[in-house]
Amino acid sequence: MENQMEGNNQGLSCGVSNGAAAGTAQTGMNERIKRLRQQSYEAEPSLSIERALIETEFYKENYGKYPIPVLRAKNFYEICRLKTIYIGQDELIVGERGPKPKAVPTFPELTCHSVEDLHVLNSRELQSYHISQEDIDRYERDVIPYWKGRTQRERIFNHVPDEWRAAYEAGLFTEFMEQRAPGHTAMDGKMYHTGLLDLKERIADELEKLDFMNDPEATDRQEELQAMSISCDAAILFAERHADLAEQMAEQCEDEKRKSELSRIAEVCRWVPAHAPRDFWEAIQMYWFVHLGTITELNGWDAMNPGHFDQHLAPFYEQGIASGTLTREQAKELMSCFFIKVNNHTAPPKVGITAKESGTYNDFTNLNIGGVKADGTDGTSEVSYIMLEVLEELHLLQPGCSIHISSVTPDRFLHAGCKVIRRGYGYPSVFNPDVYVQELLRQGKSLKDAREGGCSGCIEVGAFGKEAYLLTGYLNVPKILEVTLNNGIDPLTQTQVGLKTGDPLEFVSFEELYEAFLKQLHFIIDQKIRVSNYIDRMFAKYAPATFLSLFIDDCIKKGRDYYDCGPRYNSTYIQCTGLGTVTDCFSVLKKHVFEDKKIAMKALLDAVAKNWEGEEKLRQFVLNRTPFFGNDDAYADQIAVRVYEDLVQAIDGKPNTKGGYFRLNMLSTTCHVYFGLMLGATVNGRLAKRAISDGTSPSQGADTHGPTAVVKSLGKLDQVKSGGTLLNLRFLPALLKKESDIVKLAHLIRTYFAMGGHHVQFNIVDTETLHAAQERPEDYKDLLVRMAGYSDYFNDMNADLQGEIISRTENETF
Amino acid sequence: MGLIFDIKRYCINDGPGIRVTIFMKGCPLSCVWCHNPEGISRFSEKLYTRKKCIGCKTCVDVCPQHALRLEPTGIVTDKELCTLCGCCVEECPTLALEMCGTARSADEIIAEIEKEIPVITTSEGGVTFCGGEPLMHPDMLENLLCRCGSLGLHRAVDTSLYASPEVVKRVMSCSDLFLVDLKMMNSEKHVAYCGVSNELILSNIRLVSESGHPFFIRIPLIEGVNADDENMSRSADFLASLENQPEIVNLLPYHDIGKHKHEKLGTIYNQMGLRMATPSTERQAECIAIFEQKGLKAEIGG
Repeated sequence: MENQMEGNNQGLSCGVSNGAAAGTAQTGMNERIKRLRQQSYEAEPSLSIERALIETEFYKENYGKYPIPVLRAKNFYEICRLKTIYIGQDELIVGERGPKPKAVPTFPELTCHSVEDLHVLNSRELQSYHISQEDIDRYERDVIPYWKGRTQRERIFNHVPDEWRAAYEAGLFTEFMEQRAPGHTAMDGKMYHTGLLDLKERIADELEKLDFMNDPEATDRQEELQAMSISCDAAILFAERHADLAEQMAEQCEDEKRKSELSRIAEVCRWVPAHAPRDFWEAIQMYWFVHLGTITELNGWDAMNPGHFDQHLAPFYEQGIASGTLTREQAKELMSCFFIKVNNHTAPPKVGITAKESGTYNDFTNLNIGGVKADGTDGTSEVSYIMLEVLEELHLLQPGCSIHISSVTPDRFLHAGCKVIRRGYGYPSVFNPDVYVQELLRQGKSLKDAREGGCSGCIEVGAFGKEAYLLTGYLNVPKILEVTLNNGIDPLTQTQVGLKTGDPLEFVSFEELYEAFLKQLHFIIDQKIRVSNYIDRMFAKYAPATFLSLFIDDCIKKGRDYYDCGPRYNSTYIQCTGLGTVTDCFSVLKKHVFEDKKIAMKALLDAVAKNWEGEEKLRQFVLNRTPFFGNDDAYADQIAVRVYEDLVQAIDGKPNTKGGYFRLNMLSTTCHVYFGLMLGATVNGRLAKRAISDGTSPSQGADTHGPTAVVKSLGKLDQVKSGGTLLNLRFLPALLKKESDIVKLAHLIRTYFAMGGHHVQFNIVDTETLHAAQERPEDYKDLLVRMAGYSDYFNDMNADLQGEIISRTENETF
Repeated sequence: MGLIFDIKRYCINDGPGIRVTIFMKGCPLSCVWCHNPEGISRFSEKLYTRKKCIGCKTCVDVCPQHALRLEPTGIVTDKELCTLCGCCVEECPTLALEMCGTARSADEIIAEIEKEIPVITTSEGGVTFCGGEPLMHPDMLENLLCRCGSLGLHRAVDTSLYASPEVVKRVMSCSDLFLVDLKMMNSEKHVAYCGVSNELILSNIRLVSESGHPFFIRIPLIEGVNADDENMSRSADFLASLENQPEIVNLLPYHDIGKHKHEKLGTIYNQMGLRMATPSTERQAECIAIFEQKGLKAEIGG
């Protein structure tokens, strides 16, 4: 399909190197930041067993002595009391979850890694985590025996029905919560004017108000509130220990400059998080302690997220500049220190299916830059530009950054963001507040809460600081069609995983086939929801997040945990994957089998069953002679809209266990690769094991009419009904050579957003670079690739994922 | 009725903003370096892309004239027998065979253009007619330009201006911008490289300039052909002497992207084996300087 994009223009040379060569940073990193960055970049991810040892000791001694919330809070306190404190040379913002950068603790109460798991993690080629034999032995002796039969994962897997397990193992869906805690939230601005001591007072007030005579839940509330109060003490103690260490280090330090820095660190850590921050430095450190607390008490998905960090920090920045106590350079240095801290925090290691579907070190902290304020006005400030500069200069895997482009956002900011996009780092992705505010309003949020919301993790939308919006797992939509075309049987394992909806050879109309698909869809979704609801209750009962609950309204007011109806809003997401692939499959069936009758159903299914072997002519015919999604073609786009609406219908509004509802979003992250591996060949010409389409993007190579046709197709989906869609567009650097090209990219974004687009992100790479990177990985260590909601290093991806990146349509215009 | 051989969206180098570009078939020039050689003939042509062909022989079987056969080098069409009926193109599963140049009604073309209106509006882009040489089809072009005008779209025409002054005037009256190709000042060389002399082109450029119609000048920059000091200076002098100067001069460094299209057409690129090369970055900058010295706005690419 390469010829479709060729055209008329003379003058554009094609041999452009990776976008990294384009543009230069306004001001470079200073020496401190260079050293810290290098250290963070080079640190090897490792496992730390310290948390597991403290926790196991604590549980052995105390399990049964306290109500569960109090037990969890005391456990958190114990970790804060005993864990190794790390303050690195050069650091200004301090605190690590482990004993050193990129040392990741384990959470045996959720999933207790076996000795074999630890060996695999230590030695596997991709996403390995170093652990010494000594530590493995100690884990085997002191940790594993206690947790056997007591972990959350075992609780879940002992419970699930057989048909759920069959569908799960067949790759019809994944389950997030089988080895990590539900997370998926972001913070609002309250911590910047409320210290933990203030929160303790508020908790004491709520305890005072408890009505044991009339409120049947008063005891539960009391336990939760007490636990929250202990969690405040734990975090304050954790900060105090940093202050102590900084003071000690200052005493011994001979370098006067560093000595005063260490004294300042001590002063900051004595003040926050106990009190509300007073300046820019304290504000960042405040957030960082809160971040560390949440990822230490549990290992929630998507780490933690400060939300609209630029908006939260802007008042501190402006006050500092006005009073002469802060310079722009200092602010930028502190921001750089913060970015490096996030990069130091590698995702916890995963095992089993979850490792297959989410193989990455990235823990998905997604900073929202720009956007709108609670009153609907432009949210950009000088801090927004500082963040873009830091993002561009540091060029690290984490944190993820996104720019939020509303109709009130100035072009200057959009253009500044597009210039960073051009660098080809994969960041920032681009979000549309005008649409996601509507999404949140539709879900029942107040206007103010909706505008203070945004996108965290990959693309999912939530009311920051007020909502638990838990992602439960991905749904393999093309697989549901495969099962339908096999009368309920998974052809790969030959097990019955769906309903018997009829022999496809007997369907006389497309409608009959589609009806059967819908029945399977509802059946599979209902199974998933049933188990998700069970898991939700297990976390509410056994693993409350009493520290995180402090920061999410209205947990304190209700005396209820983050996992147990405490938040003002409670949404549960199912992420639907493969819209492009399933649309194209339906288009083939509808057009060639039922309408034109050019292909017999039997011939098509036989070809697919043998992975198109000996059927190249037929495969080429469907590949080239079918209207596919992503070309602004009404035939295919109508099918996509129909499938999308039916997914909404099947998921949206089903009650969860917390008084909230299930919602859908259209995220895939890297799961479309795993789902592809679990899927035989498909009728759209896709070969077995190949990745399915990601997010709401067109199938790989199916879009042949350029990026505007793609955004037009996606614009036909009523995206407001989702909790986020995802569009990957791959651009070769040649398309972004000149300043005017940047402006045109901005126009493309504005156009898509005016049509109701939620999100778009760009891969700026050339195929040559990618092939070279496959051959000589050592020369391309910096090659960061953006796909499906996150960024990764190309070299850290497996061959499947690399192939997927290369095969994506190149939107090259000459 | 003129033929259309492509409609492309998200064109970012064919005038201001983001544009739809309509490629009209047929050109009175035949420049050696032409990167759209499939646009030169005003008749339909069949293109064959060897690497897409899987040798399934569907085309051989469906051809009513038995004009096709499969050789070790791929599908060979006997041009004597072929009537360009398009049966093989219809049935080819891989699109290895394509028909270049189809008759499209004005309604169809406008419908394609309308699809792009959202991004045209946001980016203050428009529609560009190019080719081939769009001025070869004045009636059709005029009709399409007028219809685009009534849709409020900005209209550019990418042309060599090798046409009668009457046609140029007609098209000026219903368009907003000309993108004028200027190859070289030496008329004999122009004949040698492009097949026609350049007097008509130069006089039409004067005509456009005098009428005050906005225009850009686009010069392919080819080492060995026209990137020498003499031609650059003469071009710059000529443009500087105009009553109204071009809004910009775009120097477009040579590339041989068109090469593989000759394979598709079954023709040979640069048959005479003329030396053509991309000027170095330094040379490109020198050329820009020549134009700037004359007070012209010039840039690489466009």
